[in-house]
Amino acid sequence: MNEPLMSTNAAPVTVIDKPLVHRSLWSDALRRFRRNRLAMLGVAILFLLLFMAVFADVLAPYDFDRVFFTRRASTLPFTFPEHPLGLDGSSRDYLTRLIYGARTSMFVGIAVPTIAFLIGIPLGAISGYWGGRVDFLIQRVVDVMTAVPPLLFTIFLLSVMGSGVGNVIFALAITSWIEPTRLARAQFLTYRDREFVTAARALAAGDWRIILLHILPNAISPLLVAFTLAIPLAIFAEAGLSFLGIGITEPTPSWGKMVGSGIGSSIRVYYHLAMFPTILVALTMLGFSFVGDGLQEALDPSRSTR
Amino acid sequence: MTRYILGRTAALIFVMLAASAIVFVLMNNIPGGPFSLGERGYSPDALANLERKYGLDKPLLERYVNFVVGAVQFDFGYSTAVAGSPPVIDVILRTWPVTLQVGAYTIVLAFGLGLVMGTFAAYHRNSPLDNFITFTATLGIVLPNFIIATFLLFIFGFQNGWGDPNKIIIGPLTPGGTPVLGWDYFLPVITYALAPMALVARYTRAAVSEALGADYLRTARAKGLTDRTIMVRHVFRNAMIPLLTVLLPQIPNLLTGSLFIEVVYGIPGLGKFFVTSILNRDYPMTMALILLIAFFWGLTYLITDILYMVVDPRVRLTSSRAR
Repeated sequence: MNEPLMSTNAAPVTVIDKPLVHRSLWSDALRRFRRNRLAMLGVAILFLLLFMAVFADVLAPYDFDRVFFTRRASTLPFTFPEHPLGLDGSSRDYLTRLIYGARTSMFVGIAVPTIAFLIGIPLGAISGYWGGRVDFLIQRVVDVMTAVPPLLFTIFLLSVMGSGVGNVIFALAITSWIEPTRLARAQFLTYRDREFVTAARALAAGDWRIILLHILPNAISPLLVAFTLAIPLAIFAEAGLSFLGIGITEPTPSWGKMVGSGIGSSIRVYYHLAMFPTILVALTMLGFSFVGDGLQEALDPSRSTR
Repeated sequence: MTRYILGRTAALIFVMLAASAIVFVLMNNIPGGPFSLGERGYSPDALANLERKYGLDKPLLERYVNFVVGAVQFDFGYSTAVAGSPPVIDVILRTWPVTLQVGAYTIVLAFGLGLVMGTFAAYHRNSPLDNFITFTATLGIVLPNFIIATFLLFIFGFQNGWGDPNKIIIGPLTPGGTPVLGWDYFLPVITYALAPMALVARYTRAAVSEALGADYLRTARAKGLTDRTIMVRHVFRNAMIPLLTVLLPQIPNLLTGSLFIEVVYGIPGLGKFFVTSILNRDYPMTMALILLIAFFWGLTYLITDILYMVVDPRVRLTSSRAR
């Protein structure tokens, strides 16, 4: 995979023809990705969910916090044509809540990995590139953070700070920067002593230039895969926390919370409360992991998981 | 080797101290202590008395030192939320066996079935059964616990009343109790086992198929060894190495229980208790649970690394493996 890059880099004077190199690498990956049927199914699912999330206000028939006082709570689906999926425990339209739930999930799912990677990649890069005392320090922090089970720590943080979308994102980001840091560190460690870096250094490239322009482009594909795989984890974590009742607060809809309040003694009667959000969470998780696995196979065929 | 183990143990102690300090400081600096909950609140005198009882009137550092000294002797103080404020360790000792039991069944099921499935899939690659196993494995890894639990409740809970969230399951480890493998355990264990089983199957499949394609296997066949000897002495031994490092860390997870499964199925175990204690701001309890679980994790990672060195001589030679 790195052959063309390395050979162009090794030639001392030629300017690297970046766009060309990149296009062939990425278009190769794209072709492999397109051939992967599961991955394409994943993309379709994700498009659907993103569409729901972005156009929630247009798609949803009502406001997500509108209570229908004249209707019985937890009305079953298909009883009233104006509420096709029934009503929830507080007599709110369930279809509306489900659609808006996509927005919450996607928001948390994208915000958390973004923050985590914005912290993790620089830390990992510094740690792996320079090594020494900085590396030691960062690694000890990572050690301490890994000692505490992440889920417990997140729950603990939320109990300290209180629930809500912002706090959920914050608490999840605090525990999820570790993985990108490790990954970036490992990547920078392997590339630090490669020939193309030595060559760049011989050309008097500064440390930051080497980090940003020479190593990072090479290290980006595993990080990208990790990013796609981190999204469903964040969504799962949010759903899980809300399920336990310490995540998203009312009236913001969250699928996890909906499953949580749907499970209970009334599940045999009001099956819809738990069933619909369950299906949606399952679809989301499947979609993201199909895409993540597909990306992994496309970008790094030698290390495919199967 | 001894030096390595000693070094790792020292690191574990340091990490535990640092982690406990962070949790301790965070917990003690939040607005709203355990006694500020509730409608009425306490009178200033009563509050002072309560704080004295739980040692909350002393300076932070002294409290932390006291806590560490106590924790080493498994004395985590008294619960502030459980009725009768029993010692924390008593509550843990009462709830953990329930979790351990579910965990033990899960480990047996997950590792046993996972190994068989993975080996079978590796020996019959790309057969329909292999595809089915891979599909189940993907589902098990991808889907969150509580989603699987909900699905299973829909499928089985309706008809048979298994895993009814209103029913409380108490561990029948004692002879004469309900049967050890009662149906009540069926759903929680299946739900719980699915993900680790999927992992085991996936890694076994990869490891065994790699071992099957190795040169030494051809040599072993050429020597005329029986299939069985090859399988036990060559395939499994080499497949064990990746399995060990990936799968052993699963065990502390299983033994400390899943919050979700215990909440869904109403199992009165450690995980459910952790959630309740957090919601009630039962700090001594929370602290003890976090530390115990963290310690358990750290210990397992340490054991895994040592076993790794025992099983794989190559690691022993290039000793300083960065983890």
